[in-house]
Formats: sequence, structure tokens, C-alpha cells
Amino acid sequence: MSSAPASIRDRGSYLLYLIPGGLLLLAVILVPFGMNIGISFTEWSGAGTPEWVGLDNYTRLMGDGTFWASFRHNVGLVVAMAILPTLAGLVIAAALFDFIGEHFGARHAAVLRACVYLPQVLPIAVAGIVWSWILAPRDGALNEVLRAVGLDSLAQNWLGDPDFALWSVMAVMLWIQVGYPVVIFMAGMQRVDPSLHEAAELDGASWWGRFFHVTVPQIRPEIFVVLLTCTIAALKVFAPIYVLTRGGPGGSTNVPSYYSFQNFFEKTQVGYGAAIATVLTALVLVLTAVFLRVQNRGER
Amino acid sequence: MRRHAVLWSMIVLAAVMLAPFALVALNAVKTPAEYSTGGPLDLPSGISLDGVVAFWERVDFGEKLVNSVVISGSVAVLAVVVSVFNAYALGIGRVKGRLWILVVFLIANTLPQEALAYPLYFLANEVGLYDTKLAVIIVFTVVQAAFGTYLLTSTLGGFPRELLEAARIDGATKWQALVRIVVPISRPTLGVLFVFFFIWTWNEFFLPLVLLISNENQTVPVALGVLQGQRMMDATMTSASALLGVVPAIVFFLIFQRALTRGITAGAVK
Repeated sequence: MSSAPASIRDRGSYLLYLIPGGLLLLAVILVPFGMNIGISFTEWSGAGTPEWVGLDNYTRLMGDGTFWASFRHNVGLVVAMAILPTLAGLVIAAALFDFIGEHFGARHAAVLRACVYLPQVLPIAVAGIVWSWILAPRDGALNEVLRAVGLDSLAQNWLGDPDFALWSVMAVMLWIQVGYPVVIFMAGMQRVDPSLHEAAELDGASWWGRFFHVTVPQIRPEIFVVLLTCTIAALKVFAPIYVLTRGGPGGSTNVPSYYSFQNFFEKTQVGYGAAIATVLTALVLVLTAVFLRVQNRGER
Repeated sequence: MRRHAVLWSMIVLAAVMLAPFALVALNAVKTPAEYSTGGPLDLPSGISLDGVVAFWERVDFGEKLVNSVVISGSVAVLAVVVSVFNAYALGIGRVKGRLWILVVFLIANTLPQEALAYPLYFLANEVGLYDTKLAVIIVFTVVQAAFGTYLLTSTLGGFPRELLEAARIDGATKWQALVRIVVPISRPTLGVLFVFFFIWTWNEFFLPLVLLISNENQTVPVALGVLQGQRMMDATMTSASALLGVVPAIVFFLIFQRALTRGITAGAVK
């Protein structure tokens, strides 16, 4: 032991500190994930012995209209949770940073930022409850407002009508999500060298010109991180669907996450649910890999 | 002129963002009779806490709060400890293959919980931990520590080596170096992590829903979500339940706002 070079001995004893975390990771994440992949090749009701069926669940998925529809709905949620919040977040962050921060003081900007960020700290389940009550068809607050200003014809069964339900869920998710990019982008804008803005101003660039040619390129890393993390979050959306619509009406707001849950615990088609979850995971892992590559390239 | 236009549009935006909170507060203090005659937009004639009290008793909300505090608090403490151990080995010890180990931790953090739910449910049943708070605590300690390891390893990677060198010359063991030097110096980051872990765990819904079936073990979001799903409440009770769900979140927000704004960008861009 004592004859080994110090550095090797050192590394060895540092390894001890990885043991608890490593064992926990194995037991709670790696083994269950492996089990999930295994289960996805079987037919199993959750009791008794799983029956090996090879790729049957996956071939069934490919032809399952509900599965494809759930992915289409998920694309809508990516728009509502990643793309729109990023675009809106950029404009709001720039307005707060350049205008409010400059002319009315950082305090005002911070208060307004806090207001926009507030929905982010709610448990999503609670946000879902708040909105399902606002959007209720008969005595919901939104329809009451519309009736109060004489727009009775616009009052809808927001969450109960297949034509509107997904749009309503998207609007709720936008409300929940928009504060996150605002906070990240404002922090990023503090990194930007003010002399870049001054130079652009001397060249006669308008505020929008500076926004597009200075601010946006300078905070590209933050934009990228926000887009990626929000996209992954959108792919995992479960609680709002569970609380707002339960995937309904008529499956019009079902998403892969909720669909796998239904198969696990309502339809007791555990193998099929595991296949859905595995496909979803593959998608998330591909996105994460892309993120890691780009981030490493950015670090130079 | 234009700056005032921007200011007003931002104020309108803030009002839109806050409107649902205001509506919840407004209606949670009405009586059911008031709500049915005046609708959700009328001002309440007085403050009636009947709806809140009725809901509190119906779900035994105190018990749910205790469950949430116990689960989130335990997870935050344990996940910080596990993150520190992992990051000590990876960031300071620079053990072999640390990059791949880190990637595994990052993947563990981004894995959809749907892909773990059924096996965890099955395994919890096997070892007799199904429907216990301990099962949820163990699972989220690992999930949060995966993120914490990723973040802390990058901050500890830049830890001043000469401090550790000096400690070693003084004859300090690795354990003493960790406890007396690394942890005290990293305290701000650990504080931010603690706050994040607490709030994230508090807000979790999917796995607690799967793992906690009986009422007396459920957390606040799960209890509220399940009740909502049953569509058994009248409007005032619903807004009372929403209010009780919102209040803790706002309290955390106010307490932790500084830590949040400092920490929220820590993981985003190095």
C-alpha cells in the first residue's frame, strides 16, 4: 500500500466518496431504467410473470393513432413551453433591462421581473387547479369576464371542448413558463459589454436594431440553454394534463407521458406503457446529447 | 414618451401574470352563497374563511403540509450531502473516468420519470417501502443529487488547490479537508442547492402520485391534484384549495428570492 505512488493512493481514497452516491444512483435510476427497457419487450399486467413478446409493443406503437396524436399534442406544448416563452422572454427581458432598468431604476425592473416569475414557483399541480377553475365553463372567471363585457358569444367550454382544450392548456403553460427565460436572459444581459451598445448607437442603430444585432447574439448561450431545458420539460409534461384535462376531452390533450401513465395504472398494459416511456426517454437523451456537444464546443 | 409606453405595457403584463393569483385570493374568502349570486368577479362583502377552513379539515391540510415539509426537507439535506461527496471525488479528487461518470449523472437527472415509475413502484412494493414517505425521500435524494453533482463538480473544479495542499502538509486527512475547508468555502453554493432541492421536491407531482396511495402520506400537490381530478368541489372550495397551495409557494419565493436569483443562472451558463 505505502509503496504505491501517492497520486494513485490519493485517487483511490477519493473513490470512497463516490460509493454512497454511486450505489444510490444504481438502485434508484440505472436499475429501474434497465428494468423499464426489459419490461417494454414483454406483455405484462403488473402481476404474475411478464411474457416475452420481443418488439411487438414497438410495432404496435408505430401503428397506434393515439400514440402519434399524443406526440402531435406534445409538439404544440413545445411551442407553448419552449419557443413562445423564449421569444416573449427575450423581448420582455430586453424591455425590462434596457428601458425600465435604465430609466426607472433597477428596483422597478426587479419587481416587474418577480411578477412575471411568480407562476414558476407554484407547484404545477396547483397552477393547474387555479386555471381549471378560471376556465370552468359555467361559472369560471374567464367566461364571467367575457359576459361582463358583453362578449357572451366568445364564452367557451375551454377545457371540455376538443377544439379548444389543447389551446387552453398551451395558454396555461405559456403563463407558467414565461418567467424562466426572462430571469435567465436578464442575468445574461448583465454580461454584455455596454460599449457594444454604445458603438451600435453611434452607428445610428435603433433600439430594435441593437436588440437583434447586439443583445440576441451576445446571449446566445443562454437562449440555447433555455430552449433545450424547456423543450425537455415540455416532453415530460404530466401534472398539468392530469389536473386540467386527464388527457381529454376525447384524447385531444393526451401526451406520451400521460399515455404511458394510463397504460401502467389504468389499463394495466405495463409492457406497452414501458415502450412508450422508453421512446420518450430516447428522444430526451438525444436532445441532451446534442446539448452536451454544443455546450462543450462553446467552452472551447 | 416611448419609455412610458414600455413601462405601461410591462405593468399590464405584470397585471395579467398576477390576475389568477388575485382571483384566487378574492374568491377564497367568499361564502358559497356570495359566489353563486355575484360570480367570481364581485368583491367579497367580508372575509369569510369558511371555505378555507372547510377545505383544510376535509383534506387534513396540516398533515399534508407536514408530509411535504418532511419529504422536501429531508431530500434537500440528504441530496446536498450526497452531491458534496460525489463532487468531492469528481471535482477535487479528479478520479479516473470522471467525465463519463458526470455524463451518467446528467443523464440520470434528465431521464423522464415515466421511464422509472413502474419499476420504482414495483421495487418499492418488493422491499416493503410502497406508500411510505421514505421511498419518496430516497428517490428524490438521488434525482436531485444527480443535478447537484453536475453543478458542484464544475464549481469545485476551480477550487484553489493551494488551500488543499496546505491542509495536507499540516497532516489533515481527506475527510478533515472536506469538512473544514471545502464545505465552509462552498457554503453559498450549497445554500442555493438546498433551496432548489427543497422547492423542486415540494413541487414534484408524478412520482409522489405513483408512490403514495394513501391520504395520510400524500404531499400538498398530490392531495390537491387528486381532489381536483375527482371534480367534487364547489367553486369557493376550489379557490380555497388553490389558495392553500399557492401560499406556501409564495412564502418560499419571498424567503428564497435572493438565493433563487443568484442560483438560477448557476447551472445555465458557465
